[in-house]
Amino acid sequence: MAEYTMHILVCGGTGCKASQSELIKSNFKTRLNEYGLSDEIQVILTGCFGFCEKGPIVKILPDNTFYTQVTPEDVSEIIDEHIIKGRQVERLLYKDPETQKTVSTANGMDFYKKQIRIALRNCGFINPENIEEYIGRDGYGALGTCLTEKSPEDVIRIVKESGLRGRGGGGFPTGLKWELTRKSVSDQKYVVCNADEGDPGAFMDRSILEGDPHSVIEAMAICGYCIGADKGLVYIRAEYPLAIERLKIAIRQASEYGLLGDGILGTDFNFSIEIRYGAGAFVCGEETALIHSMEGHRGEPSVKPPFPAEKGYNGKPTNVNNVETFANIPVIINKGSAWFASIGTEKSKGTKVFALAGNINNVGLIEVPMGITLREIIYDIGGGIKDGREFKAVQTGGPSGGCLTKSFLDTPIDYDNLVAAGSMMGSGGMIVLDDTSCMVAIAKFYLEFTLDESCGKCTPCRIGNKRLYEILEKITDGKGTKEDLSRLRMLSNVIKDTSLCGLGQTSPNPVLSTLDHFYDEYLAHVTTSSCPAGQCKALVHYTIDAEHCTGCTLCFRNCPVGAISGEKRSPHYIDQSLCIKCGVCFEKCKFDAVLIA
Amino acid sequence: MPGIKLSEKTIGQIKTICSDFGNQGSELINVLHQVQGKLGYLPAEVQEVIAKELNISVAKVYGVVTFYSYFTMIPLGEFPISICMGTACYVRGSEQVLAEFKRQLKVEVGQSTPDGQFSLNCLRCVGACGLAPVVMVGEKVFGRVSPQMVKNIIADYKEGTAGEAKSA
Repeated sequence: MAEYTMHILVCGGTGCKASQSELIKSNFKTRLNEYGLSDEIQVILTGCFGFCEKGPIVKILPDNTFYTQVTPEDVSEIIDEHIIKGRQVERLLYKDPETQKTVSTANGMDFYKKQIRIALRNCGFINPENIEEYIGRDGYGALGTCLTEKSPEDVIRIVKESGLRGRGGGGFPTGLKWELTRKSVSDQKYVVCNADEGDPGAFMDRSILEGDPHSVIEAMAICGYCIGADKGLVYIRAEYPLAIERLKIAIRQASEYGLLGDGILGTDFNFSIEIRYGAGAFVCGEETALIHSMEGHRGEPSVKPPFPAEKGYNGKPTNVNNVETFANIPVIINKGSAWFASIGTEKSKGTKVFALAGNINNVGLIEVPMGITLREIIYDIGGGIKDGREFKAVQTGGPSGGCLTKSFLDTPIDYDNLVAAGSMMGSGGMIVLDDTSCMVAIAKFYLEFTLDESCGKCTPCRIGNKRLYEILEKITDGKGTKEDLSRLRMLSNVIKDTSLCGLGQTSPNPVLSTLDHFYDEYLAHVTTSSCPAGQCKALVHYTIDAEHCTGCTLCFRNCPVGAISGEKRSPHYIDQSLCIKCGVCFEKCKFDAVLIA
Repeated sequence: MPGIKLSEKTIGQIKTICSDFGNQGSELINVLHQVQGKLGYLPAEVQEVIAKELNISVAKVYGVVTFYSYFTMIPLGEFPISICMGTACYVRGSEQVLAEFKRQLKVEVGQSTPDGQFSLNCLRCVGACGLAPVVMVGEKVFGRVSPQMVKNIIADYKEGTAGEAKSA
């Protein structure tokens, strides 16, 4: 193997790949070849760096220079200047929006300063397709320690003491789950990794599998050792082709290195992993539904108990954990439970990965200690609200969660505080909303999702959510009444109380939490037929203020349906019968002459 | 939908896939993935063959196909267009983008244009939230799409110049 003096890391996360990062990588390779430097400088496509807003990202080692928004055309300059002459390319460095100073390394950026990376420790650092790079960063060390120095009971005790809770949504203590499965007596047990990330707006599991697949494999093997299973299954979304490919490569390499298979590391422990494909069903995130799906059935949940720990896949005891949960395990073993438990709050230990998105400046994947406040996430890491607008709410927990308002900005975030605030941790989607978002429309958006994803097995979820949706539709169409608001609340509570699985039991949360925190907004819809945020199409009319209109024709040229007419330099006019209320004229007008009524 | 006559070759392909999975009913989802990968979609006639091979009822196969959003019973267009309806894209205006695609193509979600060139679908989060709103045409991802860009995206594919179009 060649000894490299420099490494060029190109982000291969989904966002950056969509912005041609593969071409950037191949341009680097071609250019290095021309200089005859291919043996000295290595170019690798890594997993997600997290700072998606500024992608594609290129990092140069050993000096840690962090280039943002790199295009394939920039490659020559980086090589000629940075690699050959040792001078950083200033214009591609991150510029602090406040001080306007350039920052050349990730550590100096506000986006990274408050983050602690445990689950994402290797994402953006290693080549996920090379097991040796994982091993080089303590990889498989934890598995070795467990197999040779610790009994399964010891390991379970460590996981329990660490306080790690399930990162997929429920927050069930991981160590306890392992212990329950260990206690079930059976000739065959299974370890299942839930990689069926279904929350729209969350992509941490995918990023871990794409950026650091071995951490999940190692943790599954450790889990197998603890519960007495020799078989692992990864249930992954078929929509994640890159994650699947990297996982396959990782499983193959681990088998070649004797880290999977029979007699692992010279012990009598056997463990192998297979991949099962999900086919797009949100409810399959629920563990009993997931198990049914793996067995080839419709992914409908069943009543618990029996819990999978007693009777799961093929009727055998099965331990189901999500990707992020697993990714924490090797570090906990390596650094100890006390270290892990020192991070976070009393009942929520460690860190949590959030997919920060929506109307925020720094969209990306972040990992923060439990107990951090929303304010720190939104303003310090996230860089504040886009376009200088007003913060309105943040939605956590996806379709099962709720909205947190300004009054929660200083609440420490952990499992219990979020539930107390009427939301939940969920898998870690964090969508920031500004004052242009209508909360009724947001509730409707989530309900439409649940409606789509309800499996139809139990009545409250199947029919109740449909009725909820219809009422919300009525309200956003301006036809709602005040009675509808109390009906919404009553029906929501019935659905919560009587649905079979977690999907139905939490589906009314977006409705209830917006009703609680934004009742005035609902009231405006039903009493004055107006949408304060100006989002509900049926309640909004765009008109042009003749006094302010300069006749610049910008709106006329941008209107996609030709609804605007008028002569140059004289006031324009919107034909309401043609207007589709897309709002483009409003956005484009430089003179505030387009009015929303 | 009018009935489709499957060719002997197609039936042979389906049978091979089924036997690759040991004709096991429990492998149904894997079989469906493979068959859809080969044929592009799973019409009723194909489901009948699979049911027979795996020795399970057609109703069971149909139940599974219709349960999961990844499986489709209608052929996709030559250029399948998917609008991301994940939350991040939604709050950045994907609804307007979708409306514009519907208007331009004159189809509803889940339909194809009569010439079979385009089909329109929604999907949930492709994980490129930094580029929201996101539209996928085949494997290609278009980021920060505004309703005004829709016309050009469609035109690029119609004229066959899509390869040169900038993606983000």
